[in-house]
Amino acid sequence: MSSALSKVKMPYLLLLPGFLFLFTFFILPIANLAQTSTQTPIAGGDTGQYEQTLSFGNYLNAFTENKEQFGRSFVFALLATVLALAIAYPLAYAIAFKAGRLKNILLVLVVAPFFVSFLLRTVAWKQILGEEGFVVPTLRNLGIISQSTTLTSTSFAVVMGMTYNFLPFMTLPLYASLERIDPRTMEASGDLYANGLTTFRKVTLPLSMPGVVAGTLLTFIPAAGDYVNAAILGSPNTKMIGNVIESRYFKIVDYPTAAALSFTLMAAILILVTIYIRKAGTEELV
Amino acid sequence: MSTKANASVPTIPFGARVSRWFGRNLIRIYAVFGFTYLFIPVMYTFAFSFNDSGKSNLIWKGFTLDNWKNPCGAPEVCSALGNSIKIGLLATTFSTILGTMIAFAIGRYAFKGRSSSNLLIFLPMATPEIVLGASLLSLFLVFHINPGFWPTVIAHIMFCISFVVVTVKARIASLDPRLEQAAMDLYANEIETFRRVTFPLVAPGIAGAALLAFSLSFDDFIITNFNSGTVSTFPKFVYVSAARGIPAQANVIGSAMFILALVIVIAGQIVGRKTKVAK
Repeated sequence: MSSALSKVKMPYLLLLPGFLFLFTFFILPIANLAQTSTQTPIAGGDTGQYEQTLSFGNYLNAFTENKEQFGRSFVFALLATVLALAIAYPLAYAIAFKAGRLKNILLVLVVAPFFVSFLLRTVAWKQILGEEGFVVPTLRNLGIISQSTTLTSTSFAVVMGMTYNFLPFMTLPLYASLERIDPRTMEASGDLYANGLTTFRKVTLPLSMPGVVAGTLLTFIPAAGDYVNAAILGSPNTKMIGNVIESRYFKIVDYPTAAALSFTLMAAILILVTIYIRKAGTEELV
Repeated sequence: MSTKANASVPTIPFGARVSRWFGRNLIRIYAVFGFTYLFIPVMYTFAFSFNDSGKSNLIWKGFTLDNWKNPCGAPEVCSALGNSIKIGLLATTFSTILGTMIAFAIGRYAFKGRSSSNLLIFLPMATPEIVLGASLLSLFLVFHINPGFWPTVIAHIMFCISFVVVTVKARIASLDPRLEQAAMDLYANEIETFRRVTFPLVAPGIAGAALLAFSLSFDDFIITNFNSGTVSTFPKFVYVSAARGIPAQANVIGSAMFILALVIVIAGQIVGRKTKVAK
């Protein structure tokens, strides 16, 4: 009896410490952020002093003032996600089906670059694409870009940096779902006179959809909130919403606007993700 | 080789053969380009760790081993690294313990609230880092806790827990339940079964989760930047010095971490293969 009772209690006992922690340092902060987002400055108070006035107009102001950066965040994140998918899918496919005995080595190699610190990688790209790097002079000599074109401080550099930095989040789930596919299903498709493209479209791609969904989400979500790539590889003209939140917080000490922007970003992401999961027709994540 | 191919299939023109070869090997060619793209910044970081650069490591000035001999040569780089390691170890320890307990609860028991538990684990992973960082800092400010070392540790434990849960849960799900039944059949009680069968089988998953937690913590910038105040970490150090060119010692540390991680992963794979063979 006591054993049966403890069996009922056991999962809750196991959950308790972790969930208490998550409640205190994840749920509570989010709730507090919601509360902050409708505050207004105290009349006659110092900078950084705010009071609760339930000013939902903060959201409208925050959004209209930063429409451009919001739009850019989602466009950049979307571009980076699509590019990462285009790069990672063939890589994951090659490792899963074409690598033979090299499979494990290649799998390590595909993750290995990300053992170099995220910031170092991004700074490395800045220097590779910079005036002293080898890419720009080469492209200029080949006439691919004009003499006055630069690659750093451009949208191109920011999107490229994001694509690069979030690539493992795309590759690993893709590989996991591709690797699970029974190669005989593809052979069967070939036996039924489907050509390579049809087999891919009708068999391989649908079977790898859980990986595509997980990978695109794991790439898109951090990319939309990122500001490091834009800060290092971009210019004031390529600022994303993350840069705005950061500077509102640290430079202007405008907590309500930063909070409202954070919430709008999170809400927008959650809505997009929900629509996407519905459309993609899978709820199996990670 | 080419003459033989010509003799055996004389009807197929050269161009068609080339395009067929490309068609068949397209994915491999693509993979080579993909890996090149992946490794360009790694090569660059590695190469410039040997640069005789002086203060700014922007232009190649000649080969030297000095940076490797004296990795703490640049001011503050090693204290930042030390902080990152301390924070990483603390965050890894606590998040692995808390996350593993949650993973066992969700992976092993059917209970009321299981799906909302899964949701609570998923949410921190679906929240942009900047929102996690900013919201936690706001909370600390409400309670007049200054950002610094411990707030950063707490922040790291918070975002690592979910990744530990997901990793360990996957390992638990792949366990063969018959192994535990066999232990019970051999008169092991629940605690013995757990200690001698379940836990050793899940342990590689827990080790993997701990490594993941450490690398997430070590590499984190955004959440750290919000909650660490004046405490420097390695990523913060790189970010701050990026504007004037990072010192070559940062490249040394980055390259050394890369090699270390590679060794750990390869060793893990070899050990994993050996245990598989032993089975």
